[in-house]
Amino acid sequence: MNLSPFTEEHELLRKTVREWLEGEVVAHLGRWEEEGHLPDEVFRRAGQLGFLGLAYPESAGGHGGDYWAHVVFLEELGRVSQALAMALSVQVDMSTPPILEFGTTQQVERWLRPALRGELIGAIGISEPDTGSDVASIRTRARRDGDEWILNGSKMFITNGLRADFITTVVRTGPPLEANPWSGISMFIVDTSLPGFEVSKSLEKSGMKMSDTALLFMDDMRLPADSLLGVEGEGFKQIMWELQGERLAVSVFGVEGAHAVLSEAIAYAKQREAFGRPIGHFQALAHRLVDMATEVEAVRALVYECCDLWNRGIYATEEVAMVKLAVGQLGARVSDEALQTFGGAGLTEGSYIAREWLGMRIGRIGGGSDEVQRQILAKIMGIS
Amino acid sequence: MSGLGPLFREEHEAYRDAARRFVEREINPHAERWEKERDYPRELFARVGEAGLFGAKFDQSWGGTGPDYVAEAVWVEEASRSLSFGVANDLGAHSQLASLYIDRFGNDDLKERYLRPSISGVLLGALAVTEPAAGSDVNGIRTRARQDGNQWVINGSKVFITNGSWADYVVVAARTADDPGHDKLTLFVVDVTSDGFVAIRMKMIAWHTSHTGELFFTNVRVPDENRIGEVGSGFRHIMTNFQWERVVLSLSGLALAERSLQTAIAYARERKAFGRPVISFQVWQHRFADLAVRIRTGKALAYRALRLHVAAEEGQDVGRDELVRVTSMAKLFSQRLAWQVADECVQVHGGSGALMEFPAQRFWRDARVGPIGGGTDDIMRNVIAGTMGLG
Repeated sequence: MNLSPFTEEHELLRKTVREWLEGEVVAHLGRWEEEGHLPDEVFRRAGQLGFLGLAYPESAGGHGGDYWAHVVFLEELGRVSQALAMALSVQVDMSTPPILEFGTTQQVERWLRPALRGELIGAIGISEPDTGSDVASIRTRARRDGDEWILNGSKMFITNGLRADFITTVVRTGPPLEANPWSGISMFIVDTSLPGFEVSKSLEKSGMKMSDTALLFMDDMRLPADSLLGVEGEGFKQIMWELQGERLAVSVFGVEGAHAVLSEAIAYAKQREAFGRPIGHFQALAHRLVDMATEVEAVRALVYECCDLWNRGIYATEEVAMVKLAVGQLGARVSDEALQTFGGAGLTEGSYIAREWLGMRIGRIGGGSDEVQRQILAKIMGIS
Repeated sequence: MSGLGPLFREEHEAYRDAARRFVEREINPHAERWEKERDYPRELFARVGEAGLFGAKFDQSWGGTGPDYVAEAVWVEEASRSLSFGVANDLGAHSQLASLYIDRFGNDDLKERYLRPSISGVLLGALAVTEPAAGSDVNGIRTRARQDGNQWVINGSKVFITNGSWADYVVVAARTADDPGHDKLTLFVVDVTSDGFVAIRMKMIAWHTSHTGELFFTNVRVPDENRIGEVGSGFRHIMTNFQWERVVLSLSGLALAERSLQTAIAYARERKAFGRPVISFQVWQHRFADLAVRIRTGKALAYRALRLHVAAEEGQDVGRDELVRVTSMAKLFSQRLAWQVADECVQVHGGSGALMEFPAQRFWRDARVGPIGGGTDDIMRNVIAGTMGLG
């Protein structure tokens, strides 16, 4: 009976990733969070070390590993910082998979390969000031002008948006048909070095500060013909495909993040004394920590089942929505109980627990809110 | 090969079909009447036996078809999805407790006399551990067995013994020495026709069809060949079987939760309020979605516990603490959840949720046993805390 999805090779990889994080990353996380900036160098190092292309085929510059190899990478990132995991996951799980799936050989060469090497940084552009998960309502438009496209509009809450070299973006290229409101949407790879692209604002967030978030503005931006990604008018279908991998990835590093904060809380409860004994020996706290550990164990089991389906090439929309919802809630709840366990120490700015508590609240909103996941599930269950 | 791979194989799906057809033919059509009468025919056990549904986890040499604990899990799920949870629990107590104790810890003679007819369903068994003054605190057992030549003389009483009021034999945990201690408990198979044995059916608010018994032993004489395992080995055996018991309780709780959710959704589609079906209100859609996620999450955990159990049975070293931790977590998560889902099922029924003619109240009552039976939620938390170095 197979108990663990990981092979010895995966565990070796885990060790390598952990060594990199502990050697070059963890000591700086506090400062990066305070400064609100994760250096581009982190992307480059991850690329150099081969971590960004673990599950990408060798033909596209990856390592040809299975999804579980990538799970190892995401877990190790999630263990130390949700913000770090988010920044790198946007690079590997959101901005680039559509290029591999729908892109031309030239697009793979020009954008994907350098992105997997960490030399180009990518972002994914879906949300706008007036719309998020309701993708059919996007207003950013591209219209043809000869061989080129002219892009106008703005994109909101764009992770990596301040520094992205390219943004994998959904825009409207035609009117929605009455019978199909999802028609007339297309995807583009937007080269941010072109004229007409502007970062309007760096958005200050309550958590995940080191992962930059931007409001972007595109004003009569001229895109060459080969910026179109995939099929004109098929953008809605393409972005729904992208969202599956995105939601699964954030769930993978989210559940490990919840596990990590809980482990810290348990270790603290064993060592911190009150009224003459470790606080973890008070039954009320011990039981609360047990309840949280049970939640983590259960949700992780579900995440792994979903990863297993994904790894076997099964497109599990229902399970993905379930894990996204379950992990978002788990992170917020477990990090809050962990914070409570730490008492005053948990409120100290710059502490690991405070930083992750602030960050994990985002899990219930980003990548499709709790409510959006419930709506998706209600539809799949045939009750909406 | 990396990855987890599917837990259920093709033959398990075929077994599931057969189990489901059996439940739909032999149990569900009669469930409402049985619940009302608070009884059902004993012959059901033989029917289950004839259909081969008691046999999956037992070796072929005793009339089983296994051992295949994954197939057994399938049967547990299907039996618990039936419309009578009390019946499912009687069948479970017979097979997952009494029969399994004999299979695991008994010698060939006991297996010939008790296991074989249990698998065919002609002999009904129960397990008697809990007493008026000792539940999960197994060490507090007071029922006493004294040796008298080649016999043992048992005195004491047991409560909440599922299937116990009509069983043909009872596996009894009794103290074989006056002083306390883990090594002072021993298991015996007691024939209910023995002089001095009395069983009374208990009246419970839940599991109306179940034959839960209070048992009294007054100088009940048991031959030494009915002793299970060594003298003093009882506590260890009980602790060993707890892990599988918790897997079973997880699966059965989740099956009841699924049944409750399905019933709730069906009612919400039919029932109209403010001119539209209740299901069209978003709050109910989202509540149902949440419950579906919780059930699926609970299943993932229960299946992980099942994988651990099967691996341990196959001789893999899974680590005892790991097995105890995960099976206890699964039990805690699932049984609590089953009651929550059943409670929402009652809620969506409005006033009809309290009517005996609707099954919602029954699922709700039946599910309430979960966080108590087989070790309460707080006992599970204590056990888990122990494996985590807390408390």
